[in-house]
Amino acid sequence: MAPWILLFTPLVMAAAILFVGLRSKTLAAALAIGGALVTCVISWWLFLQPDPITAKIDWINLGAILGPNAPVDFAVPIGLSIDALAKSMLVIVCTIAPLVFIYSLGYMAHEEGYCRYFAGLSLFLFSMLGIVLADNFVMMFIFWELVGVSSYILIGHYFRRDSAAEASKQAFTVNRIGDFGFMLGILMFWLSTGTFVFADLAVENAPALATLGASPFWLATACVLVFCGTIGKSAQMPLHVWLPNSMEGPTPVSSLLHAATMVAAGVYLLARLFPVLEGSPGALTVIGWVGGITCFAAGLMGIQQNDIKRILAYSTISQLGYMVLGIAVAPLAGVAMFHLFTHAFFKCLLFLCSGSVILGMHHKQDIWEMGGLKNKMPVTFVTMVIGGLALMGFPYVTSGFYSKDLIIEFAYEAGWPWFLLALGGVFLTAMYTTRLLVVVFFGGPRSEEAKKAHESPAVMLFALVMLSIPAICAGFPPIQKRFFEIDHPHHLPGWVPIAIMVVLAVGIVATILLYRGGPKKDPVLIPFFANRLYIDAIYAQIVRWAQDGTAGALRFFDRWFIDGICVTFGAKLVSAFGFTLRFLQVGNIQAYAFFFGAGVVALLYFLVAR
Amino acid sequence: MSPTGPLFYLTLLPFVAAVLVMLGSPARLVSRIFSGVLLALTLALCVQYDRAAGGMAFGSELPVSESLDLSLRFGADGLSLAMLLLTAIVTVAAVWVIPPMQDRENLFYACVMLISGGVVGAFASTDVLFFYAFHEVALIPTFILIGLWGSGDRRVAAWKATIYLGAGSFVLLLGILGVYLNLPDGVRTFDMTFWRNLPQMQPDFSLPHWVYWLLLIGFGTLISLFPFHSWAPQAYASAPTPAAMLHAGVLKKFGLYGMLRILVPLFPEAMEQYLNIFLILLCGNILYIGLVTIAQKRLDWMLGYSSVMHMGYIFLGIAALNEISLSGAALLMVAHGLSIAACFAVCGVVRERTGTLEFADLGGLAKPMPRLGLLFGFAAMASVGLPGFANFPGELMVFFGAVGAGEVFGPGFTPSAIQIAAIVAVWGVVISAVYMLRAYRRVFFGSMPERWARLADVPVFTRYAVILLVVALMVVGFLPQLLLQYVTPSVLP
Repeated sequence: MAPWILLFTPLVMAAAILFVGLRSKTLAAALAIGGALVTCVISWWLFLQPDPITAKIDWINLGAILGPNAPVDFAVPIGLSIDALAKSMLVIVCTIAPLVFIYSLGYMAHEEGYCRYFAGLSLFLFSMLGIVLADNFVMMFIFWELVGVSSYILIGHYFRRDSAAEASKQAFTVNRIGDFGFMLGILMFWLSTGTFVFADLAVENAPALATLGASPFWLATACVLVFCGTIGKSAQMPLHVWLPNSMEGPTPVSSLLHAATMVAAGVYLLARLFPVLEGSPGALTVIGWVGGITCFAAGLMGIQQNDIKRILAYSTISQLGYMVLGIAVAPLAGVAMFHLFTHAFFKCLLFLCSGSVILGMHHKQDIWEMGGLKNKMPVTFVTMVIGGLALMGFPYVTSGFYSKDLIIEFAYEAGWPWFLLALGGVFLTAMYTTRLLVVVFFGGPRSEEAKKAHESPAVMLFALVMLSIPAICAGFPPIQKRFFEIDHPHHLPGWVPIAIMVVLAVGIVATILLYRGGPKKDPVLIPFFANRLYIDAIYAQIVRWAQDGTAGALRFFDRWFIDGICVTFGAKLVSAFGFTLRFLQVGNIQAYAFFFGAGVVALLYFLVAR
Repeated sequence: MSPTGPLFYLTLLPFVAAVLVMLGSPARLVSRIFSGVLLALTLALCVQYDRAAGGMAFGSELPVSESLDLSLRFGADGLSLAMLLLTAIVTVAAVWVIPPMQDRENLFYACVMLISGGVVGAFASTDVLFFYAFHEVALIPTFILIGLWGSGDRRVAAWKATIYLGAGSFVLLLGILGVYLNLPDGVRTFDMTFWRNLPQMQPDFSLPHWVYWLLLIGFGTLISLFPFHSWAPQAYASAPTPAAMLHAGVLKKFGLYGMLRILVPLFPEAMEQYLNIFLILLCGNILYIGLVTIAQKRLDWMLGYSSVMHMGYIFLGIAALNEISLSGAALLMVAHGLSIAACFAVCGVVRERTGTLEFADLGGLAKPMPRLGLLFGFAAMASVGLPGFANFPGELMVFFGAVGAGEVFGPGFTPSAIQIAAIVAVWGVVISAVYMLRAYRRVFFGSMPERWARLADVPVFTRYAVILLVVALMVVGFLPQLLLQYVTPSVLP
């Protein structure tokens, strides 16, 4: 019963807010936070249970309807499977969510749509838990779509702003493109194995995979199609464009959905599919390249952004690239999940810190209007430095070090190109993180707002402090052992870990030197990076010309050719022969009567003639 | 068999309401009461129906002509009941959204009830000729509503719809007669059940293929099968809201129901032989119409085209012809009926409040009309097939059924035509997200022209109507098994 309560509590809360909570801000917040705390308690309790827990009901079951002799047995279960992987993910989601909910109390206190916001958060939590608990592809797809719509609602929170309205629409549409592949992948698995239940697809149940496994091409195709879902949801290249734009949403949303949990769902999906992926080197190669290129290219885009949240967004894309790469290079899914785990905490922390900065700056988000905030916002400063160090993977004392370096070391074993991409990512991470911290917190204030900046309310600082603890220690081996089973590369030359540290140190020091003395703008401006490699611009043109152009042309064709020439002109042509002339002149009811009469005549004719 | 039965009286109900309204009784009150009773009785019939036994129930037969074996036959199985329930729900919603009127209010309500009566009669009939005739009965008031109360170029719209649908019905009638005349001597009948069982009783029996084409084009025109679709968007754009809701929501399902009941069982061979042509046409519905929908510049036209596009999924379910896909098609018939009715109801409020449906003139309406914005959100999300709404399990089962109907996976696997059509259909999900979210964004989000700042929110009964439709969508969406128990045993040919 507990898993069902866990899953449905947030949905009940969302519905309750919609029906009764819209009138009272306090009630709405209380319902949402209460629901989140319930899930937190249950998930930790489940985590401490030694055995896997399962529960299942039938959502669709044709066999049960058609009886025992049914020619087809098609059933879609809503099944919950709480194994080790799900337990760790549950703890991540349900620990971070209540903190972000509580933080929102402070951050959203004076915003419009307060109740709608909490209803959206609760709906999101429900959907996210569904993804974590799902025991089959279709159920995961269901909740995959539902997190998509919660994300749509929350990104579009400030719906009167055109940019927010566009961003939410783009996020949903781009995710749907990924889901197109995901759905085809599910269909492919079902067609070839007759099942879409994860447990049946696992290696120990190999018979199900026998037919598909016999043809490596189609196995790789099916895996890559499912991976399309990850590309969309986890914002991998080339579908990454929606994530930076999703920063139009309130900052706690960016923190919970677009950094810590929802975007990581793609990696979770790959971890779920890992037993199958292992058997398909082709699919792993594709996954590795996508992850590797993403972690490097997103870093390039990140080093020249000016919006504090967008910098962090590109950083998220880059880190997700590491996780995807980790799936491809490591022998266990635990390696990628481990980075997901640490990243969830420190990236959530970084976003909440940026929210605190934004609030202190009276909703200015451009880092070139900030500066010298370290004295005015000491708690935010310290926690953000902790988060930043964890993001860079500062050796030994931060969580990011343990998880990210592991992936890079495995990438070394997998081959030079991926290793270089990952190593380049370290350098870029060091650059944009250091740049962010130096410009925001050091030097002199660059605007009036920066001079008047103030520390955020205690309810927000509480979340920051709570999150900095795991940002430091979540990667320490004793904790990691409790959550994930990982492995270490066995033939690693001793210089590789040192090389990573050197690259990191060079990145940090070079950036500090470049940005010392509080410059008013970037000392080196690279338009190619600042313009996000022009990918967004190219997509805008594709949508404009390929999609809207074709659509417009077809609209014209439909109106003027099919409807105009074929139908209307055709009808006129017939009328020119006098056949329909009379009723065209006397109106439509008569026309109708004509057809009805013609029908009766035809009927009589046939009946007499038979 | 008794001459009258529950379905006879159920069909009579809306007609009685129409007569009462025309005789001068308070139109709104009578219509609301009768539509409510219609819904309650239909629900009661659904509960009464013995799902374990299956088959036709509540039969009645009122002989009309001995020599032609023509009778007013009624009967319902799971699929008919699902359609009847859909009709009843949409009727209630359509009656609720009618705004107060100064002039000829009684005629308006009478027309709405006549449409409803015609559709109920069609879905309850088991006699093919009456099945056809009831549909005609429902069409006439639709034209009257468009011609008298339509917006925009209503004369042209009514004229075109009349000619086009009249011609389509005429072709359909020829097809029906074609079947009748080709029946073996001595068993000529219009009994639909007999027609359905014929291929099983006489396996060597086959009909000439021109009858298949007549029926396909006849039904196809009524359902707006590509390329016989061009009447639909204009008619829906012009029609007053309740007429658009009833026509797009339930009257169009007449054609699909007819395909499932007549075309599919009678022409197993022709269905297979001409499968590829049918697949190309339905891909036209999904891909071509989908793109045309994206390019629309008005909300009503966009919804009209989207309704045409969504027929493509149902056609795919019919083309694949297995338990999964046909069940999915039946689910989608119900789901589409409810969701498009909800969309048109909201669209009607926007037109009434602002006087325009051009995307360029609208924007930010969620600020003055938050409730309407929320309701449109639900309707739009149902329409794009979001899980939680009935459309999703329908589309899902169509996809699975279509993929399963093609080549079995094995060494040297290459996708067959229907599997490629399924891929197109899955892409259709992206297309529908593009146009629906664009419309939502352009009408309700973004910056708002100053003149809309004081618009009143959705009228209370329209709100109830849309909530009713959305709740029905969500009940089926959460528990599709409820509806599948009815439709799955009765969709198979």
